Amino acid sequence: MAEAVVRCLRDGRLDGEHAPALAVEGSLQCCPLAAGAMLHIAAALASQVAAGKAQARGLVVVAFDRSPQVYLEFMRRRGLDANALDRCVRILDCYSDPLGWKQKSQNQQHQGNSAKHFSTNKENITVYRSVKDVTKLMSSTTELGGGFEGEGKKYFSVAVDSISSMLRHASVPSISGLLSNLRSHEQVSSIFWMIHSDLHEPKVPRAFECLSTMVACVEPALVDPICGESPGNMSILELNYSKAKFIVRLKRRNGRVKHLYEDLYIEGNDIKFDSAPSVSIEVNQSLVPKVQFNLELSEKERSDRANVVLPFEHQGNGEPIRIYDGRRSLPEAQRDLSLTAPALVDEIKAPKSGTAKGEIHYFRDSDDEQPDSDEDPDDDLDI
Amino acid sequence: MEEYGGGGGDLLSEAMGSAARVVVVEDCVEAPGAFVLHLLLKRALASGGAAAFLALAQPFSYYDRVLRKMGCNLSLHRRNERLHFFELLGFPGKASFYYRNCSLVVLIHEDIYADEENMGLLLHLRYIADLVIKAAPLSTGLAADVHGQLSVVNKGTFSEQRAKAQKVWNFHFKGKENGADFFYPGTRH
Repeated sequence: MAEAVVRCLRDGRLDGEHAPALAVEGSLQCCPLAAGAMLHIAAALASQVAAGKAQARGLVVVAFDRSPQVYLEFMRRRGLDANALDRCVRILDCYSDPLGWKQKSQNQQHQGNSAKHFSTNKENITVYRSVKDVTKLMSSTTELGGGFEGEGKKYFSVAVDSISSMLRHASVPSISGLLSNLRSHEQVSSIFWMIHSDLHEPKVPRAFECLSTMVACVEPALVDPICGESPGNMSILELNYSKAKFIVRLKRRNGRVKHLYEDLYIEGNDIKFDSAPSVSIEVNQSLVPKVQFNLELSEKERSDRANVVLPFEHQGNGEPIRIYDGRRSLPEAQRDLSLTAPALVDEIKAPKSGTAKGEIHYFRDSDDEQPDSDEDPDDDLDI
Repeated sequence: MEEYGGGGGDLLSEAMGSAARVVVVEDCVEAPGAFVLHLLLKRALASGGAAAFLALAQPFSYYDRVLRKMGCNLSLHRRNERLHFFELLGFPGKASFYYRNCSLVVLIHEDIYADEENMGLLLHLRYIADLVIKAAPLSTGLAADVHGQLSVVNKGTFSEQRAKAQKVWNFHFKGKENGADFFYPGTRH
């Protein structure tokens, strides 16, 4: 259930590094599933935090797209009790009154009543009313994050749902500045955000991808061949609202990118993941560029390659070294003694004769590693 | 939004369900969707609710006449302050809104906004909508008994009670003086 991603977020940052950052990208065709993926990751991370298994002591959710109650109810359904939620989850509510209009109109209605205080926050929800002020948003987030109780270093994780809504009120540079600052903030353990790719020009989601160490794309299960929601494609639309693909790219510390793929579907009020069988083969195939040449090797080609005698290679089987001069195939060269160069051969056979001639000792390196090998030494570390 | 369901046991009410906060109605020249807006307004007022209507397309007199034929007296509701009507005819743009209590219903003409530049508004509205109702012509062309088809996409948030309910609906409609009939394709004699 998106375990690799949740694990990375849970484990947090190493000393001297920035916090791991996950970008979740959704699209209109499967937006309920993208929303579900965000809810799932938030709930899973909150559970880990509550159980004391995470680096962070708490999770701060910066909620633009949904009412805070939606997150809390979802987490409750996932088994987080009121006590755990109070301890480990804080929601910065940018949904209810993002520009402060409600407060203004309430203040106008109650002009005589100065005793009323309209920013009372209930439980773990703090209403935020200045979404255009990104600097203030940053300080409100870190203030909430610093308020979690617990032992050890005061780490907290941050979820932003969503960047697309933030972009209605603030610019790309200011928001990417916010995310960078959060990532480099010494108390931030991990951060993840949602962006709806089709609401922006392509360069915008890419800009935010650059800030991330993991990208999870929620893609429609079935691609609609006729673009749009024309009434004729109702069945495709219905399917895409209940099922989607969850494609993750994880950047490892050694620089390699790990690809993971799962199916994602809605079941009742919950969201579930279905691990597809290992798709490293699929991924390998998809990495080979589609051109008109054949870039793969057939079995015969592979065995012929294995049989090629490389010049200067020590064959090590006690026989005289054959130097392949490239003009004929090796078996023919063996029969035609005039082609072998005895002088050179003798020198190699008697390397320490004292004559100061150059020598080449060639030891073939291990067989070429397949470029798309999914052997990953870090896999040993995964528990 | 419960009132929408209570107004009639028809396909549209069933498809819409309840608790939708934002409803976007899309239409085009071949299949005008304003009748959906009128129907929703009538149902909201008929069940004792209140509404604020932002009219950018027509003056009050037009809606008064239309709703009167549907059996709803807008002038009376306006006098009783159950309807707040805002005439914004000079507003550049082709959209009408009505806002009641905690729901927002928007009518937008898709063919005007579906070009590259303005697609943004359409996409944003579709994103924030809980419910998208789209009026479109029949692929077979004009007909006397069927005026078009309506597709209703009920996204259903995670707090929706009707989590298992059908999300996507498609049925035909025929406009009448006092409203509209909704029926599945082929069920009309």
